Amino acid sequence: MNASLKRVVAIARKEFLHIIHDPRSLVVIFVLPIFQLTMFGYALNMEIKNVDLAVLDYSRSPISWQLVQTFEGSPFFHVQYFDGQPDELERLFLQRKARAALIIHPDFGRDFHRQPATPVQLIIDAVDPNAATLIRNYSLQVIAEFNRRFGGEIRLPFDVEKAIWFNPDLKSAYFFVPGLLALILIMLCTLLTSVTITREKEMGTMEQILVSPVKPREIIIGKVIPYIVISMTIGVLILSIGIVLFGVPFRGSYVLLALFSSIYIITALSMGLMISTIARTQQVAMMMAQIATLLPTIILSGFIFPLSSMPRPLQWVSNIIPAKYYLKIVRGIMLKGNTFSQLIEPAGVLLVMTLLLFLIARRRFSMHLEG
Amino acid sequence: MYAIKVRQFRKRYGDLEAVRGIQFEVEPGELFGIIGPDGAGKTTLLRALCTLLLPDDGEILINGLNTRHHVADIRQIIGYMPQRFSLYQDLTVEQNLNFFADLFQVPEDERRARLEQLYRFSRLGPFKKRAAGALSGGMKQKLALSCALIHTPDILILDEPTFGVDPVSRQEFWDILRDIQRQGTTIVVSTAYMEEADLCDRVMLFHQGRILALDQPSALKAQYRFPLYRIEADHLPEMQTYFAGLSGVRFIQRFGDSLHVSFTREPGDDLWQTARDQGLQRFERIAPSIEDIFMDLTTREEHESVEH
Amino acid sequence: MNISVQTRNLTRRFGRFTAVDRVTLDVYEGEIFGFLGANGAGKTTLIRMLTGLLKPTEGEAQVAGFDVWGQSEAIKRRIGYMSQRFSLYEDLTAEENLTFYGGIYGLRRDQIEQRKAILFEHVGLQPFAGQMTRDLPLGFKQRLALACALLHDPPIVFLDEPTSGVDPKARRSFWNLIYQTAQLGKTLFVTTHFMDEAEYCHRVGIMHMGRMIAVGPPGQLKRQYDKSTMQEVFIALHQSSEEAA
Repeated sequence: MNASLKRVVAIARKEFLHIIHDPRSLVVIFVLPIFQLTMFGYALNMEIKNVDLAVLDYSRSPISWQLVQTFEGSPFFHVQYFDGQPDELERLFLQRKARAALIIHPDFGRDFHRQPATPVQLIIDAVDPNAATLIRNYSLQVIAEFNRRFGGEIRLPFDVEKAIWFNPDLKSAYFFVPGLLALILIMLCTLLTSVTITREKEMGTMEQILVSPVKPREIIIGKVIPYIVISMTIGVLILSIGIVLFGVPFRGSYVLLALFSSIYIITALSMGLMISTIARTQQVAMMMAQIATLLPTIILSGFIFPLSSMPRPLQWVSNIIPAKYYLKIVRGIMLKGNTFSQLIEPAGVLLVMTLLLFLIARRRFSMHLEG
Repeated sequence: MYAIKVRQFRKRYGDLEAVRGIQFEVEPGELFGIIGPDGAGKTTLLRALCTLLLPDDGEILINGLNTRHHVADIRQIIGYMPQRFSLYQDLTVEQNLNFFADLFQVPEDERRARLEQLYRFSRLGPFKKRAAGALSGGMKQKLALSCALIHTPDILILDEPTFGVDPVSRQEFWDILRDIQRQGTTIVVSTAYMEEADLCDRVMLFHQGRILALDQPSALKAQYRFPLYRIEADHLPEMQTYFAGLSGVRFIQRFGDSLHVSFTREPGDDLWQTARDQGLQRFERIAPSIEDIFMDLTTREEHESVEH
Repeated sequence: MNISVQTRNLTRRFGRFTAVDRVTLDVYEGEIFGFLGANGAGKTTLIRMLTGLLKPTEGEAQVAGFDVWGQSEAIKRRIGYMSQRFSLYEDLTAEENLTFYGGIYGLRRDQIEQRKAILFEHVGLQPFAGQMTRDLPLGFKQRLALACALLHDPPIVFLDEPTSGVDPKARRSFWNLIYQTAQLGKTLFVTTHFMDEAEYCHRVGIMHMGRMIAVGPPGQLKRQYDKSTMQEVFIALHQSSEEAA
């Protein structure tokens, strides 16, 4: 082992000792992501179940009964028959007794076997537009299944849009697990590293190691190594929970995801390092790490809000958010089974970002105690 | 060759001139003291000696190497103990020592012997497994010293190592420094305790970024020409007023149960006789302390700066 | 001379550890009394009992005529405290610092104004009253800290390493101020482990492992142990009590 490597190992080993000597923080580091994941998992749950569906069946034919049964059989709907005039439906919506209504015309039973396309009417309470969209999509699914079974063709007063390809069950877990992976990794990595150097500045220990022959890049690399290990472990933890608890599929290669995740982790660690060379106290470092990661990642990475519907300037800003590229990678590998060559672009961008951040951190890290 | 040579060294922090163009040399193997109150510029000077700060002006040579150009080489030959306890509080004594041994690449075959030696003189052997944060003040200082010595440096630089340490541990610490010096190490140590000057081979009295005096402690004391007396009396405040009224008295300082009086020339028997009538109990000629000399020099400097 | 602080077999134990062991002491009004000892010798515990912060385990003590067992609130109003790292607000002016301390001791507006005038005179800070505390030289910060401790006119003041690290000139002039304060009839306790600071006290008490192993004026102690400095006296005493133990 050459001298430089030995010093890197010395720094890394010491950093590990700090971590081990502080088991409470270690527990927090591991428990926090699990807690966040389950919390987000249930809070961010975009599925709607047991939608109250009022059914006005004017046809009262065997086939209309079958249609209602198909709705009833789906976990998304809770069917209530309603006898009355269509204009009385409004009262139901106002009282929140129904969030959707299915109106089956008197001629439905007859037309089902004659017409190439038989219309039924679906009214959805659109107070919550996201929910309305979901309900519409669920209905489309139910109707598609009905058509498959009975060979008919019911036409809704909507155009049937293209199917949702990679999330056929419309499960939101598929979206938030990769998003949370990106969020938790960047928050944690940036925070951990930003504090580690400022702590040494605050404690005065930096002065002591600076007078040794150790080089700045050795300090930086040595300090980052333990956190790469911790972060990778946490990444695996989040993924396992996502797959086991939330049933997220994994279509691509684990090796590929591990490779690209390590790039992302190093990006985040470098960002933390850069912060730690600017901040003088641990408190400032923590605050800067929060500001740099939490909101930008939630808002501008495409994690929750689609980037395509944002104003242009925000879209430009989103290009410097590492999580944006990592999300493409994780979603690509997990949900689409993308291969290396398909993800070379986002991975490349991350790599360039890492290099840049690391160089800035290295430049700002002085061998002397100025100022 | 000098162990340390400082030429016209100057260091500024904004408007404040911390060190104002000083020069001095440290001989190899000597125990050199930098004595001055807080804010004199001691820490700035010491940090510059171990390449942590670069001079604004002038230059510093360590074993002939310029601190501007040979940072890595100089760091290999110096051991530095900063003012604040700057070891890892959560690591044990042993882990701290091993960490610094790794950083300085102390070869495996030498390491064991070196550690044994350090444990022996610091008497930290029984506390190997204790976290540094749980050590007493004196033991922390000894651990910090051991870490600074791990790579057997030629030159040891210590910034107020005895600050806040109790008198007994302080004494022990100085004994250890003498041991290290006997093994051929050059030692530069700063302190705000004037009386520690007597424990050094040569001292530099340092005040507001300037050198007031630099010599052996005994030589500094020999330069003090004014007779100094310690006086005890029945009623000290009255005695103080009495002496204050006499001509030829330079200053009077109360010290608990006695007065120190400095005269411009040796007082005659008649003076003591009259003082006895005023309640003088006993008097004795005493040697000036380094504090007296420091006082004298700073006062003189102020007078001069008023005159100019 | 009136007794200001009196202790009889004052003892404090923490579990099995005896921090202060049967200390008997009389300190008089107008006296400057130094507590000396290594870390863990019991200085801090003793001071805490005398300032009403900690109840003794055994023994008795009266501070300014009040009993430490039941009258700690009365004691707190009659003592001043100046810590080593002067508890001053750097971003307030000298005068604002004094007003603040007057406020927390519950002084009336006119009392504060009156005391402020007296104290600025006493410590020689008039020219700096309006200056930011952070801009004051160390020696003047010290004087301001003492003024804050004296604001509510306490008969007893505790000083913790009051002149560590200041230059000899400032130190000597600060001690002259302490002597002047003592002449007003105030009792001053000084805790320190700087032996050169101890030389300035009227009397010193040297503590070791919770016991008061020597009490006397510095000059007398030096003669008694045939040493030229308090540092040497301290080490000699320390060694002999180590051997005894």
